[in-house]
Amino acid sequence: MDTMTQTMKAIANTTEHKHILITENLRAYYGSFLAVKDVSMAIEPRSITAIIGPSGCGKSTLIRCFNRMHEVVHGARAIGKVLLDGSDIYAPGVDPVNIRTRIGMVFQKPNPFPTMSVMENVVAGRRLSSVWSKRSEMDEIAEKSLRQAALWDEVKDKLKQSGASLSGGQQQRLCIARALAVQPEVILMDEPCSALDPVATLKIEDLMRTLAKDYTIVIVTHNMQQAGRVSDMTAFMMMGADRAGSLVEYGRTQQIFTNPKNKRTEDYISGRFG
Amino acid sequence: MAHDGCKDWQRLIMYSSNLVARKWFNRFMLGLCALGAGLAIVFVCLMLGYILIQGVSFFNLDFLTHTAAPIGQTGGGMRNEIIGTLILVGLGSLIAVPLGMMTGIFLSEFANPLVASGVRFAADILAGVPSIVVGVFAYAIIVRPLHSYSAFSAGAALAIIMIPIVARTTEESMRLVPNSLREAALALGITRWRSVLSVVIPGAITGIATGIMLGVARIAGETAPLIFTAFGNSFGFDGLGKPIGALPLQIYRYAISPYKDWQQQAWAAAFLLSLLVLVISMAVRWLSRKRSS
Repeated sequence: MDTMTQTMKAIANTTEHKHILITENLRAYYGSFLAVKDVSMAIEPRSITAIIGPSGCGKSTLIRCFNRMHEVVHGARAIGKVLLDGSDIYAPGVDPVNIRTRIGMVFQKPNPFPTMSVMENVVAGRRLSSVWSKRSEMDEIAEKSLRQAALWDEVKDKLKQSGASLSGGQQQRLCIARALAVQPEVILMDEPCSALDPVATLKIEDLMRTLAKDYTIVIVTHNMQQAGRVSDMTAFMMMGADRAGSLVEYGRTQQIFTNPKNKRTEDYISGRFG
Repeated sequence: MAHDGCKDWQRLIMYSSNLVARKWFNRFMLGLCALGAGLAIVFVCLMLGYILIQGVSFFNLDFLTHTAAPIGQTGGGMRNEIIGTLILVGLGSLIAVPLGMMTGIFLSEFANPLVASGVRFAADILAGVPSIVVGVFAYAIIVRPLHSYSAFSAGAALAIIMIPIVARTTEESMRLVPNSLREAALALGITRWRSVLSVVIPGAITGIATGIMLGVARIAGETAPLIFTAFGNSFGFDGLGKPIGALPLQIYRYAISPYKDWQQQAWAAAFLLSLLVLVISMAVRWLSRKRSS
């Protein structure tokens, strides 16, 4: 484990300008329970990084540390460093609200605001973080974000309808559009397809590939095939004997899937457990 | 045997051949349930019906528009008391709705669990305090120092009764808003207070409105807290610092008076008050049905 931490550090040091998000010895706690142990990894910009691993290994907890959503849970805290463009988002004085506008998040279950229309949902992040928002500007942002999320053609005639009236897949793309409207640099996706049918899943995966040209995407997925299909880099996590999750192997997706270096990665990839 | 885990008595019931006795026992118990439910409904109907029959016959336009007549004269109405009750309920709501809502929002969104359970306990205790005690309390802290019965002291007493109702219903309905929506808002870089204001409260607003109306219905009929505070005033509204009349107070005074005419007016007032509370309760039901659909 230590050797891997060191290699990751070495990568981080030599190519720091290349990486948008770097974690150093990141630990996440729920109260006194250590859920994620010493994760050091560097994430490349404009690519898709998948985090895979069996249930309960701390994948979701890990990415929630990337935009300081972990600490929203009562009693949860994170220790270590997460560098966004070289500056630590856990440094004292950093406002998590600012971090979350730069690192967006899409959740497992589509969660559009039920009291808002499709339109209001898309611009919610912009409208509710400013005192005054211009109508025309909001319309513009909404259309652009919906187009980016490949949803515009489907909802352009029902912008006034409730966000909850869309289908599950549309709702999830609405949530992606909502995250895009804030113009983040990184988008975290926590099992974004686990509540969707295969067709809707495929649409989201296509969308992710398109978005990866401009955005950095980190996706947690239960589904190894999905990681194989969409991601450039793959991180494999596992729970240790102490029930704390840690990073087992991290590398190019192709290498992880065809030539894993770690025995446990190989066992998981080949379906021997998990 | 398939039911090896069964005790002897369970087996006896399951395989009892005495089906007829079981059926009759079942019918007997069902009958008891029906009797209980029937009794409850009968008493409500009797009470409302009696008030309706007694009240309607003395309920007329004069009752609504005229002020109280002096002893010995017939006629007169409760205009001043009706206005007084509206003012008192308005005053109580004006104090209790913001305070109660803010308490509920604090409990549901911001308080740490330890503080929350303390505040919640205090609110529950407050809700259980006998209303006459609340009246005496308002008398001691407002009426005594100011040397006058006043509309304001009565409004404050009613507010004390209403605050826990509004606070707890606000809290409960805000807790029903799924956490995933709070997280969605926070993850968009929306501040905590703004997400509460623009996401959580809109999601809970019908529940909050229901709580406010329940509170209004409750304080509209309160009598005991008014005895030491509002005191009663048949001459009309005379400023918040002066005594004020109220329907329940007048019902109490007129009902125990020896004058036939006053007793009849008390019936009419009881009818009006019941009607008011009934309308509010129906509005509450309508609101909560809208929420659940």
